[in-house]
Amino acid sequence: MATPDATAAPPHRTKIYRHSLLVRLSHWANVLCMVILLFSGLQIFNAHPALYWGQYGADNDPSVMSIGAVQDGDAIRGVTTVGGLSVTTTGVLGVSTLDGEPTPRAFPAWLTIPSYQDLATGRRWHFFFAWFFVINGLIYMAYGFFARHFRRDLLPSRAELTPAHIGQEIVDHARLRFPKGEQARHYNALQKLTYLAVLFGLLPLMIITGLCMSPGFDAFAPWLPELFGGRQSARLLHFVTATGLVLFVVVHVAMVLASGVFNNMRSMITGYYVIHFGEKP
Amino acid sequence: MSRLITRRRFLIGSTLAASALGLSGCDALVQDDRVKSVLKIAEGFTMKTQRLLIGDNALAREFSESDISPVFRANGTSMPDNPQYIDLMNKQFSPWKLEVGGLVEKPMQFSLADLKSLPARTQITRHDCVEGWSAIGKWTGVPLGLLLHSVGLKPEARYIVFHCADEFEKTLDGSGWYYESIDLVDAFHAQTILAHSMNGKDLEVAHGAPLRLRVERQLGYKQAKYLMKIEAVADLGGLYGGGGGFWEDRGYEWYAGI
Repeated sequence: MATPDATAAPPHRTKIYRHSLLVRLSHWANVLCMVILLFSGLQIFNAHPALYWGQYGADNDPSVMSIGAVQDGDAIRGVTTVGGLSVTTTGVLGVSTLDGEPTPRAFPAWLTIPSYQDLATGRRWHFFFAWFFVINGLIYMAYGFFARHFRRDLLPSRAELTPAHIGQEIVDHARLRFPKGEQARHYNALQKLTYLAVLFGLLPLMIITGLCMSPGFDAFAPWLPELFGGRQSARLLHFVTATGLVLFVVVHVAMVLASGVFNNMRSMITGYYVIHFGEKP
Repeated sequence: MSRLITRRRFLIGSTLAASALGLSGCDALVQDDRVKSVLKIAEGFTMKTQRLLIGDNALAREFSESDISPVFRANGTSMPDNPQYIDLMNKQFSPWKLEVGGLVEKPMQFSLADLKSLPARTQITRHDCVEGWSAIGKWTGVPLGLLLHSVGLKPEARYIVFHCADEFEKTLDGSGWYYESIDLVDAFHAQTILAHSMNGKDLEVAHGAPLRLRVERQLGYKQAKYLMKIEAVADLGGLYGGGGGFWEDRGYEWYAGI
């Protein structure tokens, strides 16, 4: 009986070397940096939990976003304001429990390093790991270009960028149907585009908007905060970009869990990823 | 740490590192002296890199009149309760004298009138508080370099220390007086001035009357208010907590360029 499938190999598994040592090391270094930068960053934010647009912004200037606490009878209520919209966020934002007591605090203790209010220490952690993050990023970028990691693994092909292809991938992702067999050898187009947006968009923007807040760096490049509309705008964008990265991580981890957590974790630790051929999806 | 939180943090995407550190573990790590000293490496790194990039002379951006903040937030002490200061304030600072001494050839004293008669620089700059907020104001005052040239620094002088009239934290041992220090690069920088005027008027008490420091390439806590005495020193170890400033003694960076 001659069918096109007759020549196909029987179901089998192949181990492929998916992540080079440098990619794996820089990935986990980045995980450490981003976690600490986020939590120490929220500690720093808590010192002045309001964001502004423009060159300046302080208590008497209108804020774009703020997290605060208001007296509500005998109790205190956490209030988060974005634009003209105020939402009660008691328990998490504005007011949260510290040592069993409702305490005014923008972000709660479990989201800050250290858990208690300590701006000086938060800054020490933030800037140490900012350096670590930048050096790690530079090594990774150099590798990405010179070892052709970006071109080989992350640059989508023209065929992958057609609306039909992207549309199909979105549908597949939504149904949690992930590539098998030959297609699983490479990242899919959504992955490639997302990783490129994070690597060349969000992460550099995080560093640049962070540098804009430094009065020393601003003396070197006064035009840089201008690009964003001023130091306070850059500070707001630092926060917005961080939010974007948190959303990326949430989706990224969800996809890792949904598409085979053991195989994914193994590949990012040992480098080897197992692909299944010829099995039912 | 409850199991619920561990699980939830894992699910929302916190990573291995976060779960490994944990909450209480984090604070223990934060308070470890060895960890603290390792983290301090970043400050030296930042200072060396920034000095390399900006050089000694690059200016902080100066703004136009229309950029000035409608309300310039007063921070730190806004009314010193030191009786000596209150007495000076009540006399419109006419008996007030700025003492300039330490490792100098010719210690001198300057009245407010003396300082106002010296050549002044006016600059509209952005004040960046370590907390995150910014305010733009116009400052007029004597370039610090001018005063230092007139008293003549001894060769061993490395830092300029600013002693203030406000005791920001009440302590039994007197370690709570506000003070600050900068090195000679910043001391002789063109925008480093001793400001006696703000936004075209005499400095208000809330902003540090009669005289405050402006070091425009660093954060707000370096801009010491209520100046009483300027001292040239060879090292900062012998003063108060040894960190070179009130906030530095409480964990903040001495180099506040970031």
